[in-house]
Amino acid sequence: MSDFPAIQSHLGDYVSDFVDFLDNALAGLFDFIFFISSRTINGIEAFLDFLPWWLFLVLIFLLGWYFKSLWSGLLYAFFIFLVGTFGLWEEMMMTISIVLSAVIICLVIGIPLGVWMAFSKGFSTVMRPFLDAMQTMPSFVYLIPAIFFFGLGNVSAIFATLIYALPPVIRLTELAIRGVDPEVVESAQSFGSSRWQMLTKVQLPQALPTIMAGVNQTTMMALAMVVIASMVGAQGLGEQVLISINRIDIALGFEAGISIVFLAIIIDRVTGGVADRFQKHRRAK
Amino acid sequence: MANSKVKIDHVSKIFGSKPKSVIPQVKNGKSKAEILEETGHTVGVYDASMEIEEGEIFVIMGLSGSGKSTLIRCFNLLNKPTDGSIYVDGENIVEYNSSQLKKFRQDKIAMVFQHFGLFDHRTVLENIEYGLEIKNVSKEKRRQIARENLEVVGLKGYEDKYPDELSGGMQQRVGLARALANDPDILLMDEPFSALDPLIRREMQLELLDIQERLKKTIIFITHDVNEAFKLGDRVAVMKDGKVVQIGTPETILESPANDYISDFIKDIDRSKILQAENVMIKPNALVSLKDGLKVAIKEMEENGISSVFVVDRSRNLQGIVTIDDAIEGIKEKKSLEDVLNQDVTTVGKDEYVNDIIPKALESKYPLAVTSGNGRLEGFILRVHVLSGLVAEEVNESTEYHG
Repeated sequence: MSDFPAIQSHLGDYVSDFVDFLDNALAGLFDFIFFISSRTINGIEAFLDFLPWWLFLVLIFLLGWYFKSLWSGLLYAFFIFLVGTFGLWEEMMMTISIVLSAVIICLVIGIPLGVWMAFSKGFSTVMRPFLDAMQTMPSFVYLIPAIFFFGLGNVSAIFATLIYALPPVIRLTELAIRGVDPEVVESAQSFGSSRWQMLTKVQLPQALPTIMAGVNQTTMMALAMVVIASMVGAQGLGEQVLISINRIDIALGFEAGISIVFLAIIIDRVTGGVADRFQKHRRAK
Repeated sequence: MANSKVKIDHVSKIFGSKPKSVIPQVKNGKSKAEILEETGHTVGVYDASMEIEEGEIFVIMGLSGSGKSTLIRCFNLLNKPTDGSIYVDGENIVEYNSSQLKKFRQDKIAMVFQHFGLFDHRTVLENIEYGLEIKNVSKEKRRQIARENLEVVGLKGYEDKYPDELSGGMQQRVGLARALANDPDILLMDEPFSALDPLIRREMQLELLDIQERLKKTIIFITHDVNEAFKLGDRVAVMKDGKVVQIGTPETILESPANDYISDFIKDIDRSKILQAENVMIKPNALVSLKDGLKVAIKEMEENGISSVFVVDRSRNLQGIVTIDDAIEGIKEKKSLEDVLNQDVTTVGKDEYVNDIIPKALESKYPLAVTSGNGRLEGFILRVHVLSGLVAEEVNESTEYHG
């Protein structure tokens, strides 16, 4: 076996320095992000806390019924009820708050970026490698700068979740807008639509089913980050999983784990149902 | 012509990274294929010039790849010409800035698409009112206009359906109603009926002619179907490889195709539905006036070697026909021309289609008399003329007369 020659580079050190630099230079920005994220998450959590437990069950039932079927609604409500019986109700609410906040922020950032990429080939080319990196970089890695910028806690968790869950909604928005039938775009153009009218009255509505598929994926990925994000102090079900690992507590581990699975099923089916709803009045292509 | 509605002047459209750079090469007569090979540029339209009159249906016909769809998109600048000018009501629209262009598209011109181009997230009514919506017409007003136009295309009752719940023919009616709702001067139709099955297509063609009769728009219509082109078009432009090969009325194109390509193109056409009586009739050499009498009639027939002759009055209105046998009989029995005059002559209008004349020609004992609107005799048609009108080549005049 031959030894690698004594050439060393310290890319990691540079990145570390760069993060230091960012932390100082962009302190205002990070404060702002912190403020927005914590406000969102606290607002949602406050709202969920304010709901009586049974009303939440009814809401879940109604969502399931409206977007899927009566039986789905009953099943989803039963899932949530089970999680309550595990004694994980508060943790579940926390997890839902984090996931919802992350998803909302993802959409607010992701959809405009996706639209921009659809309109500008150059911007799309620039963004693509970043999106690839965001999706393939092991998620533990960006936990570190997250702590650096935002300290331990839910905001760091949201930041890490954002990086992981943002790409699908951006990519699918771009794909969806580009995929709108060119003749439909031409026809909107031929009536003298402005760029904005074209986007809001034709392209976005036409693209909505595909964008909803992106929302569905982004939501699922945000949920998948719950356990990992608990390493930077996110509370909720993920934290319980982490605790159970430390204590080798199989019972707690299973309960917390299966609760996450329940949530995943409900969120996936409901967002999928919303996407189907938008699909309904589409021609089979 | 000073009063043409739309005039395009040496318009070229080239696709590629540096379209302008290719123009000189095209000018030097290089073919579309050579230019694609050498420069990677596609010549969509080259040096097209035409004038379109207000209120006419102008058909642009060509096979796929002939540049017709590219050309029609120049009229509303969905394709901006690489070179040349397009005048609408005397204004060069190629020089419009974006707000002028928006206004032009909103007010003057509307388009109907091959695959309808409907917004399938909107109901039928919402589709039709789109053009008005982006002009900020009030909701009540645009609803009302949309409803009216839905009725024009015969789809009353479908207001709240979605496009995908409708058949192809119905969807294209929605497309037409949407274009008409803006009350444009100019209607662009890009192969609007090509995606429909033949029965529906025919129905839509007739309906378009019907609507045009009432609304008198300037219609620019694209098709690859010769029969459709000649049926609808007041004038037709034939395109090949991005160039305009011939422009003319259907009759002139049929009678004198500009080159072999066009002859080939129109070979399969059903000429009986294009050619009218005046295209196949013969101008009479011999006519007899009522006051001329039988002797003159016989002399005329003998001199011209014919066995019957039309009789007219002083203002050339048809009075009847007299045959040589009846005339000789008449002289023997000392009868007058009027007595032997046979009034059982079938007359056809000079704008009747050959297709409609065929049965009459079969039934009639005598040549068909062709009259203009005021009853004046313009010519006559023998059965052989009907037949020879239906084939492209000249047929030698047969000796057949009525028999």
